[in-house]
Amino acid sequence: MKVRDTLENYVFVLPAVAIFSIFYIIPFIWVFQLGMFEWDGISFTKIFVGLGNFKEIFTQDVNWWHSMWNAGYITIIALTFQNILAFMLAWACDREIKMKNFYRVIFFIPPVLSEVVVGMAWRFIINDIDGANIINRTLIGMGLGNFAHNWLSDPSTALTTVAIVHCWKGFGWGFLIFLAGLQTIPRELYEAARVDGASAWQSFKKITLPLMIPIMVLVVILTVLGTMQVFVLIVSLVGGEFAGHTSVPVLRILASMRGSSRFGYACAQGITFGLVLVIISFIQYRFSKKGQ
Amino acid sequence: MKNAFYYKSKKILSNTLIHIFLISVAVTCLYPLLWMISSSLKTQDMIFKDISLIPHQFRLENYVLAWREGGFGRNFFNSIIYTVSVVFGIVIVSSMAAYAFSRLRFIGSKFLFIMFMAAMMIPIPGSFVALYVLLNKLHLRNTPAGYILCMINVGLSTSIFLLKTFFDKMPKELEDAARIDGCSKIGIWWHVAIPLAKPVLAVVIVLNALTVWNEYILALIIFDDRSFMPLQVALQAFQGEFVTNYPLLMAGLTITALPIILVYLFMQKYIIKGVTQGAVVG
Amino acid sequence: MWFKNVCLGAFVLFSVLGCSQQKIDSKPTINIWHWMTDRDATFQELAKKYETLTGVRVNFELYAPSDAYSQKIRAAAQGTNLPDVFGILGEKRDFASFIRAGHILDLTSYMEADNSSWKNSFFPKALAVNEFTPQNSYRINPGIFGVPIDIMTIQMVYNKKLFSQLGLNPSRPPKTLQEFLDIGAKIQAAGLQGLVSGWGEVWMIDCLASNYAFNIMGKDKVLATIKGEVPYTDPDWIKVLYVFKQMKDSGVLAQGLVTMINKTSEQLFANEKAVFAFNGSWCVNVYKGMNPGLEYGAMIPPEASEKFPMAIWGGAGSSFMVNARSKNKEEAVKFLIWLTSQDQQAYLAAATNNLPANKNSLSKIPEILAQFARGMDYATHPNVWGVSEFSLVIEAFDRGIQSIIIGEKTPEQVADEVQKIKERELAKKRAQ
Repeated sequence: MKVRDTLENYVFVLPAVAIFSIFYIIPFIWVFQLGMFEWDGISFTKIFVGLGNFKEIFTQDVNWWHSMWNAGYITIIALTFQNILAFMLAWACDREIKMKNFYRVIFFIPPVLSEVVVGMAWRFIINDIDGANIINRTLIGMGLGNFAHNWLSDPSTALTTVAIVHCWKGFGWGFLIFLAGLQTIPRELYEAARVDGASAWQSFKKITLPLMIPIMVLVVILTVLGTMQVFVLIVSLVGGEFAGHTSVPVLRILASMRGSSRFGYACAQGITFGLVLVIISFIQYRFSKKGQ
Repeated sequence: MKNAFYYKSKKILSNTLIHIFLISVAVTCLYPLLWMISSSLKTQDMIFKDISLIPHQFRLENYVLAWREGGFGRNFFNSIIYTVSVVFGIVIVSSMAAYAFSRLRFIGSKFLFIMFMAAMMIPIPGSFVALYVLLNKLHLRNTPAGYILCMINVGLSTSIFLLKTFFDKMPKELEDAARIDGCSKIGIWWHVAIPLAKPVLAVVIVLNALTVWNEYILALIIFDDRSFMPLQVALQAFQGEFVTNYPLLMAGLTITALPIILVYLFMQKYIIKGVTQGAVVG
Repeated sequence: MWFKNVCLGAFVLFSVLGCSQQKIDSKPTINIWHWMTDRDATFQELAKKYETLTGVRVNFELYAPSDAYSQKIRAAAQGTNLPDVFGILGEKRDFASFIRAGHILDLTSYMEADNSSWKNSFFPKALAVNEFTPQNSYRINPGIFGVPIDIMTIQMVYNKKLFSQLGLNPSRPPKTLQEFLDIGAKIQAAGLQGLVSGWGEVWMIDCLASNYAFNIMGKDKVLATIKGEVPYTDPDWIKVLYVFKQMKDSGVLAQGLVTMINKTSEQLFANEKAVFAFNGSWCVNVYKGMNPGLEYGAMIPPEASEKFPMAIWGGAGSSFMVNARSKNKEEAVKFLIWLTSQDQQAYLAAATNNLPANKNSLSKIPEILAQFARGMDYATHPNVWGVSEFSLVIEAFDRGIQSIIIGEKTPEQVADEVQKIKERELAKKRAQ
């Protein structure tokens, strides 16, 4: 009886595990062991270098860590600017206001557009030479001409500008998930609090926030994972790594694969990248468990 | 009297501010979309000369041209098949697995879940080549079935994660009630868990539909037959090595964006409404 | 509702599962994979023509963009599923790897048959890119392994109308670097943009830098540097890097140059916002589409030194290779001979405004293309030098130039960094 019970349980996970083993585990093992070879992606022979690639990444590859730092920077902006914006919008739409449905649809348009279009459209909006220079013109029109800037072509602002465009594209997801979460909070709790004389801020602090914490953790984890892997947007906005200013890990891996024809090294970079993400996610998870 | 007036005007003021906030964000969301549509109605040489949003002539024939030259008919159909199959596959497979991880006890449950989580976090660059060789060995390479299975795998981890998080929070009373009524495990999953999970399932559906719909590189690498290619691959035909036919590309991208917007429009009702129908006080 | 969905899903899965059958034809079919979106229509027409002539079906399949094409070829090579004819988009080093892995048919015997009639129909520089010379550093037996189907050169173009506007003679483009730099001040004063090019993509920078290197120190010294005999900290190399600094300081470069991809630069030049552009001969077709009325001329980059001639990159634009394992080798080669013959080349060139690889097909091409063609006299290409620089060194060099242009590093700093990486790579190579 117990055996049959356990077997039934396994049936539930069987399809997922089967597909996963074939289409993820096997390629993963292949890539993992490739990280220990020097290979150009074409020849039938590979040179075994053991941990040599990893040693190179950790001791010599300055560009790699610079790209990680850049990705981290974009991620921090996403975690703060993007998610706070998404939360505020979700909270605003949670109330009984007109045109709620309209906003819900509009805010999800950015995630639907392909990254290539987003890059092209925003480059058009921001850039002055090959674009319409709308942002600068608006600033000048508002009398804030001093703030007009070459947002994308100035190396010191390029990365931040890219990060903000990325936030623009991504906030729709956070908005959706937050809104769903906010709507699970029973209205009665707010009613009861109001009857007890609590102010809007107090009910927000005592009711909304605590109940939303698991959702926030979810959004944070997904944001980190998604943002660290950004790259298509960067190519369509600033043409590439911009002398390292907008370099990100995926672009470095692609450069190793295609530019230098070092497939094995690219795999080693990919594994390092994965490890870093796992460590970050693990820390986040632990942190959130403690909070609960 | 003063008090009532004060509160009322405060409410109007805060509502107005909120609306201004919402509208300004909405405008930034709409602008690029409008740019894409307006570019699709221009001609190649006007696209960068004329920067206004409203084009001087409305070249609607761009859409017809894009449809025909992009081979949209067949590829559009392919994309729909792939998206529906993959989404369907993921919904069933991941909800079963997530339910098991959350509610059922068996050896290795924690280990397997951690593996799925790790997979979500570790992207594999260069996996295209590995998948190519793998599918070749399985004789599934130039087949839709092979592509669909690969794409199911792509979305599996995140979907399991989302669903398990939800199932963990789900109150157990309904399941206990069903069990007492003599429902089998599959029955509980089907009749209790899935309906309650509608909002999360809707998120899973939208997320995966978007991924599959926009995918092109894996399709291009593992399919040789043009007749199997999805829409995004056909679209690339407008981005030539040297010449990009911008108006047609924009028209193509607009056509591509529409079905996903429709999917979202349909699903977002479930995400919001279905939640409050949960009917269980947390 | 759910049950219907399950049935539908199962039905769909089963029906598509069976869709992988392939028909077997009695006549041979040659499968050609290419990436040239702009030429697909022309290729299809030529294929039809060939079929009516010989009864052999030629199937051109387009996989674009070129990045994705390149990955597809490499994946197919792993699975030994390459088509009969394909292209390798990559450097000589990758080409060599493909040959060593046994994927590429040696075409030397075909080329040299009939008193080398096929070989002699090409511009020698077009073939050179596909050829491995004796004593090359790639350890490949000498031979010809690819067929060029067009040629291209990468030069500068200038806008004639803007020249007049600036008070310059539209028929006299700048010949020396100093003349070029002087125009920079005029451009700034007029509020126009100077040189545009896709320098967000580092290979274009590499091209111009290499051109100036040849001009300043001559081909032999450049090759010696690659071989490791001359360091990058040599004064001549610093002079090369200085060219870019001078260009930046003089204002002759467009703003935001380092963030542009080639398409953006093409758009700017076509819209007459930029006075100069650095681009390849394919740009003729692009500009025609964006602005048919554009008045412009081609010029070789203005010389920085009189000691050695200026070089430009040129040679085969696109080339096809034959799969050594193909069952239709002979038919594939026959088709390629037909495709590169005089009439077909003229047709291809006219249809897409490109330069033919067959030297007898040059008769009726537009003047601007003829200007590009004349540049072939100065043309060279890394794929013909017989040696390759380490890719990490190239990357550091090009990124260094980007840093010079945005004013973050000095030429000396860049030279130091590049040399350090060069020494590291040399040490690694010796250790192997």
